[in-house]
Amino acid sequence: MSQVSSAAGGHHEHHDPEANKIGMWLFLFTEVLLFGTLFIAYAVYLNWHRWDFMAGSHELDKLMGATNTVILLTSSLTMALSIGALERGKKALSLIMLSGTLLFSFAFLCVKAVEWTHKYHHGIWPDAEHLGVLPYGQQLFFGLYFTMTGLHAAHVIIGAVVILFAMGLVARGKVHQGRVDFLENTGLYWHLVDLVWIFLFPLFYLIH
Amino acid sequence: MGMLKDKDHHIVPYSVYINVWLALLVLTVITVAVSYVDMRHVAVLTAVFIATGKSMLVLLYFMHIRFGKPMYMVMILVVLAAYAVFIGLTFFDYGFRA
Repeated sequence: MSQVSSAAGGHHEHHDPEANKIGMWLFLFTEVLLFGTLFIAYAVYLNWHRWDFMAGSHELDKLMGATNTVILLTSSLTMALSIGALERGKKALSLIMLSGTLLFSFAFLCVKAVEWTHKYHHGIWPDAEHLGVLPYGQQLFFGLYFTMTGLHAAHVIIGAVVILFAMGLVARGKVHQGRVDFLENTGLYWHLVDLVWIFLFPLFYLIH
Repeated sequence: MGMLKDKDHHIVPYSVYINVWLALLVLTVITVAVSYVDMRHVAVLTAVFIATGKSMLVLLYFMHIRFGKPMYMVMILVVLAAYAVFIGLTFFDYGFRA
């Protein structure tokens, strides 16, 4: 019995947070399979070109990768705290935590932009001339690197937009203590983005 | 006025989230530290092992699987089982190619 109906003043609203949550999880499963197939492609090519993958990994900046890991983990913390705050009816604290998450998402993208710029100046970029003369396994490594971190960055951007939208709903009182499910689902999406990065980081930056 | 009658809705103490975050940071330091050890073939396995531990923390605590209905855990296990089948079938093919 988790649906909340209100028939006050002839206004009838059907709201089922549990169904929303199940729907969100089903969507997240499609995301898992989207990234999952890419991880399988990674695993197959790693198996065939292990030494090239290790050489490619050596080119990536560990410090920047680790910085982004800490940024995303912290953004997940502020996300969880913002939901906890709203559940306790603390709207202002919830909004502060959400703006923290938003700020961390920008920070993540900035670090990524700096990294890709460095790679670009070293001739490592999709379709770059220099990339074409590297060993085949390294071409595959960098191809997967740009595809997977690029797709992940797209998810960070989408997540940031959804968080901004959720902040608007919280600020206007549309999402509140008795109705947190939209914010919870936003959180689930954001944590999934974090989960994907938890695997991307060691598999690309730390395998040399 | 809140829907506090909902018993499934467990309000998690802030400290739980902060402890999970600290554990995730410690595991991040560990995974970076062990990457400097020359482990050859087990390097990737170790990285995946630690990442799996981190993702379990995120799933169980940040994503509330630990506190919600068991149904969500079952759904996740079904998806992971399906994914394991994909991996198994893929390597059943590629693993035996010349």
